[in-house]
Amino acid sequence: MNWQRAAIATAAAVPLVALFAYGMTRDPREIPSPLPGRAAPDFALEVIRAGDEPSTGGLQPGDTLRSSELRGQVVVLNFWASWCLACRDEHEVLSAAARTYADRGVRFAGVLYNDRPAAGLEWIAQMGGQSYPAVLDPRSRTAIDFGLYGVPETFIIGPDGVVAYKHIGPVTTPVLTDQIERILPPIAAAP
Amino acid sequence: MTRILGSSAVMVAFATAMLGMVLAVAGTRLRRPELVRGAYAAVYVNFGLLAVASLAMVWALVTHDFSVSYVAQVGSRATPTFYTVISLWGALEGSILFWGLVLSGFSAVAVWLGTHAREDRRGDGADVHRLMPYAAAILLGIGAFFYLLLVLPANPFLPVSPVPADGPGPNPLLQNHILMAVHPPLLYLGYVGMSVPFAFAMGALLSGAPGGTWIRLTRRWTMAAWMFLTAAIIAGMWWSYEVLGWGGYWAWDPVENASFLPWLTATAFLHSAMVEERRGMLRVWNLSLITSTFALTILGTFLTRSGILSSVHAFAEGEIGYWFLGFIALVLIFSLSLVAGRSDQLHTAGRLDAVASRETAFLLNNLLFTVFTFTVLLGTLFPLVAEAVRGVKVSVGEPFFNSMTLPICMALLFLMGVGPALPWRVASRDALRREVALPAALAVVVGIATAVLFGGGVYAVVTFTFGTFALAVNVRQFTSGAKARMRAHGEAAPVALVRLVGGNRRRYGGYLAHIGAITVAVAVAASSAYKGETEATLRRGETMSLRGHTIRLDDLWGRQEPQRFVLGATVTVLRDGAPAGEMDPRLNFYTTSEQPITTPAVRSRPSGDLYLNLMAVERDGSSATIRMIVEPLVPWIWAGGYLIVLGALISMWPARRREAAPATVFAPAPPLVPGSAAARPLAIADPDTRGART
Repeated sequence: MNWQRAAIATAAAVPLVALFAYGMTRDPREIPSPLPGRAAPDFALEVIRAGDEPSTGGLQPGDTLRSSELRGQVVVLNFWASWCLACRDEHEVLSAAARTYADRGVRFAGVLYNDRPAAGLEWIAQMGGQSYPAVLDPRSRTAIDFGLYGVPETFIIGPDGVVAYKHIGPVTTPVLTDQIERILPPIAAAP
Repeated sequence: MTRILGSSAVMVAFATAMLGMVLAVAGTRLRRPELVRGAYAAVYVNFGLLAVASLAMVWALVTHDFSVSYVAQVGSRATPTFYTVISLWGALEGSILFWGLVLSGFSAVAVWLGTHAREDRRGDGADVHRLMPYAAAILLGIGAFFYLLLVLPANPFLPVSPVPADGPGPNPLLQNHILMAVHPPLLYLGYVGMSVPFAFAMGALLSGAPGGTWIRLTRRWTMAAWMFLTAAIIAGMWWSYEVLGWGGYWAWDPVENASFLPWLTATAFLHSAMVEERRGMLRVWNLSLITSTFALTILGTFLTRSGILSSVHAFAEGEIGYWFLGFIALVLIFSLSLVAGRSDQLHTAGRLDAVASRETAFLLNNLLFTVFTFTVLLGTLFPLVAEAVRGVKVSVGEPFFNSMTLPICMALLFLMGVGPALPWRVASRDALRREVALPAALAVVVGIATAVLFGGGVYAVVTFTFGTFALAVNVRQFTSGAKARMRAHGEAAPVALVRLVGGNRRRYGGYLAHIGAITVAVAVAASSAYKGETEATLRRGETMSLRGHTIRLDDLWGRQEPQRFVLGATVTVLRDGAPAGEMDPRLNFYTTSEQPITTPAVRSRPSGDLYLNLMAVERDGSSATIRMIVEPLVPWIWAGGYLIVLGALISMWPARRREAAPATVFAPAPPLVPGSAAARPLAIADPDTRGART
């Protein structure tokens, strides 16, 4: 065994491996969404399940959740489906956040995406309820308006109706809290 | 239950592989054959374990057992059973399981054949005995990596709680066409098959038996893996053409390149291995080629699964990328240091006798394939390099690849004509002239005719010219050989042809594969240079025309299927105003995908394809937008693919043997020429001893 040659040959492989290692730290699919910083598209979505107390927001099944009526409030719009595995991971995070922020005027809504309403309702029951209303998006109109790539995706809309943040994949409590606190008027400033 | 069975099977397989590796090496070092036999047993046991795990997964898929994570991820009650079964390889975890199954199966067969090889046909029985334990250890090591993936980052048998009532079903693109059932497994068979020659090559180096034995032992493996890889690439092109609706079949996408790179090095290896077998030259080079091929199959999987390059094959998987990265590093360090460290023991015996010889043609072939490989590798990785060095996001597209690789393709096409016309060692000027005069004249005529009649740019004309030349030379190998037999033995033409090929399968299989490759090259050139397309929005009863093809939109319809909604157009093809056939391009809407998936309609004729794609349908059903593409000679790409596969099959088909004996890997191919078979027992794997001319 000629160890000198072996070492030289091995050294030749280092740059390639280093390049791949660098590549692992990058995400070529990072798609800059044009939405954050712009006005959220208008929507009118039918409620199929009211949120569990205490954060119903006054909506009952059959009512319509309208973007126009949400002005002045922070809105968290979450797109989900019963066939989506990642949606299970974030469900409790969203439900808890909706309870926490209910008295500070943050409105949550879960938009059922490409799914049968019955399957969606059954899923919520299985997951042990949901503190915010579930709404329907027939023919994925709103999903298309929001430029959805897949589920789950979560949009946070400011009181001015501008999209403040877009999250792809399951949200976590720290991300959700940070982003909401960022645009929510501080408690001290409230009258 | 299924879950526990499956996950314990892969766990035990990992442990067995590790144990087997230790046994193989320890048994060889300590000269304890019973330990080595234990290692072989581990190889067989692993095949059983992976078969159990795979069957458990198929069972879970078919019974819609959504408590198994992989089933919850790709299963759906609405998916037809056929697509449910093949979704075994529809996503990451399942494909790794399938990979493990194929690898364990190949390893078992390779070890069985190697240990049951008939003794000493070429005096290399001792070499076989020395390298087998190491080859088994390498195969077990590769296996251990994949089984570890199945235990940790790509475990398909994780529990899901609460158990969902239904799943999303496989990626719609993967359940839209029958070719999706064929392309991935062929690719895995090709990729995984390359592990065997790699393991034997490393085994040869480790055991200190680095002669050509490993090449003889694995010739059929390499050929088979190459055949599967070729078929997989062609099937992938075909699928892309039939499903994606853009009328093309190759886009130099990173994942396409990932399958193409090992094909390039493997093709180079198939040729250079012949030089080593015949002349004892190129030993280090051949070891490097087989190492590169294996490393590129892993690299391909890494590129596909890590998501480090942006690709239409959107498999974002994340964590698993680090595992493959580690494995690539391990493979490269291990094999490069081994090949380089042992290179001084690999003195090359032979030398080039003359410039005009078949050896030279093979060397040029290897040079071109190497440049080809580096070009494609560079283009594929350049976005990554650019971002690392200059921090900019760039993409390398078709123009780069086409302008860089087309000249190489032209040269290869030319070489495919020259090579078979050249004999080994040295060619006489007269013989060469006799061989190429007619093909060259034919080529010039076709080239001029193409330029005058069709134009289409320099590459099209050159491809037709060189293609004609190479085709004529390769076809002549058959015709002149058959004619000689007809004269010498008074055989009828078909008999003479069959006996000619049967007498030297390896060689004529190779020529047939050439003919297939030339067919593909010419068809690709024609379909890109002479393609025509147009788009129009038609109301019912209206027509559109392109290049002498006329179609009429007759009807628009929709129908609900279990897993999708289908919108379709019924289109009549008109010839001279009379209906000549019907086509139905469709749009499929799956619940789990925002964008519709198209099913283009393709009408194939030997002269080319008429390709219709339904782009959009007016909401009230009054009109539809249809893209119409005319592509000459496309069916010949697929036909060429079949020819290559057939050539490879002929080339590796074992010859009939006289005595009943266990199958051997380095099975001789005694020529079926009457009277010569018994006299040439050492024609083993080197049937070309009669020289280039028949």
